[in-house]
Amino acid sequence: MSQPENKQGQVETTGHVWDGDLREYNNPLPRWWLWAFYITIIFSVIYWILYPAWPYGDTYTKGISTVEYTVEGENGEEKTVTEHWNTRALFTKNMQSSPSALAQQEWVNKVKDMSFEEIEQDPDTLQFAMSVGHGTFGDYCAACHGAGGQGKIGLFPNLADNAWLYGNSYETIVSKIAGGINGMMPAQNVAEDKIDDLAKYVLSLSGNAEISGEAASRGKQAFASCAGCHGQNGKGNEAMGAPNLTDAIWDVADVPGCKGDTACQMEEIKHVVNNGIQRQMPGFGDRLTDTQIRMLAIYVRQLGGN
Amino acid sequence: MAQHDDPSYAADPLYQAREPIHPKGIRGRFRRFKDIVLLVAYSVFFLLPWVRWERGTGPDQAVMFDIPSRRYYLFDLVIHPQDMFLLAGFLILAAWLLFFVTGLVGRAFCGYFCFQTLWTDTFMKVEALVQGDRNKRMRLEKQPWNAEKIAKKGVTIAIWTAIAFWTGFTFTAYWADAPQLFVDFFTLDAAKAAYITTGILTATTLIAAGFAREQVCIYMCPYARFQSVMFDKETLLVSYDAKRGEGEAGRKPLKQGLMTLEERHDQGVGDCIDCKLCVQVCPTGIDIRDGLQLECISCGLCIDACDQIMTKRGWPTGLIRYASEQELETGEKPNLLKFRTIGYGVATLAATVLLLYGIFARAPADLSVQQVRQPLFTVLASGDIQNNYNVKINNKLQEPLDFSLALEGLPDAKVSIVGDFDGLSVPADGSRKYLVHVRAPRDAEVDRREIEFILTEENGRIEPLEHDASFVFR
Repeated sequence: MSQPENKQGQVETTGHVWDGDLREYNNPLPRWWLWAFYITIIFSVIYWILYPAWPYGDTYTKGISTVEYTVEGENGEEKTVTEHWNTRALFTKNMQSSPSALAQQEWVNKVKDMSFEEIEQDPDTLQFAMSVGHGTFGDYCAACHGAGGQGKIGLFPNLADNAWLYGNSYETIVSKIAGGINGMMPAQNVAEDKIDDLAKYVLSLSGNAEISGEAASRGKQAFASCAGCHGQNGKGNEAMGAPNLTDAIWDVADVPGCKGDTACQMEEIKHVVNNGIQRQMPGFGDRLTDTQIRMLAIYVRQLGGN
Repeated sequence: MAQHDDPSYAADPLYQAREPIHPKGIRGRFRRFKDIVLLVAYSVFFLLPWVRWERGTGPDQAVMFDIPSRRYYLFDLVIHPQDMFLLAGFLILAAWLLFFVTGLVGRAFCGYFCFQTLWTDTFMKVEALVQGDRNKRMRLEKQPWNAEKIAKKGVTIAIWTAIAFWTGFTFTAYWADAPQLFVDFFTLDAAKAAYITTGILTATTLIAAGFAREQVCIYMCPYARFQSVMFDKETLLVSYDAKRGEGEAGRKPLKQGLMTLEERHDQGVGDCIDCKLCVQVCPTGIDIRDGLQLECISCGLCIDACDQIMTKRGWPTGLIRYASEQELETGEKPNLLKFRTIGYGVATLAATVLLLYGIFARAPADLSVQQVRQPLFTVLASGDIQNNYNVKINNKLQEPLDFSLALEGLPDAKVSIVGDFDGLSVPADGSRKYLVHVRAPRDAEVDRREIEFILTEENGRIEPLEHDASFVFR
């Protein structure tokens, strides 16, 4: 670095003296340092012109550099918005037109144009739809149905099994996601002396309990009022969303949670019969695009298989 | 800023100004060797990106480092991100090889193979072509900035810039499809990174080979500094035989009475006629007769220069030659098969074998099976238990693979692949993820069982892939 002494061997100082003998050398700044300093000044001026910089009053200088992105207008047509440079607008733009956004759009268009059957036969498109569906599911569905679609017994249906209240056709799933579901079973007014038999009869349909003789016929008789929706044989009705009572899946009454204790299981059934069910799922048609719903449907349907 | 009223005050410069070195051109065996190395190295570097190569998938370029798709293509070798340890192996090999060569013949890399040396050499050739040899260049340097000097220096720098640009562009061409990049580059359609890379390399090439030159070796290069720790008394060096050159009475120029070796030896004068040709040809501007120096890059041009003079005089050559310190002191030739050299040699060989093994024993495909853990298991309508697995297969081969899936450890299980698939197919040099359902009847006694996924390639292209997993019943 530069020497503290000038050519005459004298030390040039700033003239200030501290504690009697401490002086500050007055060496010139290195030239490269000065140039770097001037360049930063020039840089900052250019920066002020291009980008938002100075606050004044309740606003600020916007700069002359701009960001363009498209938004969907009220009539559904696209229009271009030009804003002064800011990172939010830049983010929106990148989400629309960055290379990765465009690459993703290509796949989205594929899903849009292909039928569900075609997608199921094409491993790459299926993989894309499943992974986007998984993400969308995490954002919109997992709060109720659980991260893996396992649901919550008594409250939210399990989507990871292979039983579907309304059937598992893609068209149905898409329409239910878009339009929402109002799931309802009215509370039944069953006489005190019949309800035990009814509960046991219902359990017997799925082999959880055994019932025979008088009790069986009393139970079956009481079940007549259930058969309107659940069917004579208890196999349910997909058009109404009435579940199949003969399979191993319990959505509302926590029969598996009783670990084989029949009295407990009967209590569960009786509770549902007496109080009915009122479940609602909002429709997502306004919040998700058609293609997002399609991918969500594929993901959900494939969770449990057929 | 401080005011300096004293006119004699001048800030001292922050560094010592470089004195331009204008080496004289010379012919000889080392010059020829350097030219051959230069030709070979440039042919490889500048032509390689343009070599086309047929492969199943991926670019048709023989050597391409494809960052966006995460593949390094080296002819038929495709390096995936998970093979990156090969790069570590390659670097280890390079280090051992360097030590081995240094142990054997001294600082050989710097003088003949280093790109700084190669490009500086090329730029000096351009200088010599435009401005003439040493004397003319030195005269030009001293000239005021007249039309001749501006024209000659301008043309030199223009040619340098062209070479530097093509160097930068060629480097960039290794990272993209070269012909396409060429078109895109000049129609301003290439990626920003291409312009930045080419720009930076053009600038650094121009500065390092055109202006900084030997300063790179002296001040910047770490290798030059740790070189000396690998030297011992037996290391071969470009050295001046001081005993022969200086004699007892020192070196003397040729003059009356000192013309022949007999006359000189009679008066105790050494063989060096102090012609200074060895100094004039040195690209780093040192005098080899001062002994081993940090600046010496061991290019051997002073050997060529001295041999030329000695031959002209009819005296034996080798006044400046490759010799070890020990040889100069005692005349004892270095033993090339010393322990250290053998050790480095064995290490180099071992590194090579390991690297080759690493390349040829790479797994042709990877399999990963991850159980879906949320939910761990699902009760199906039939009462069966279902577990889901994410099966990911990564195919590193240049041909597609078709697997059939079998499960071991769960005899009654039904396996189904999500989608309309009977097997798992993976495209050439690609990967796929499948969701697999495994269904088993409820087993009252077991809550968890270890299972194994076995994927068999249907055309027998590769060995079956296996992966452990577990099945959860409750």
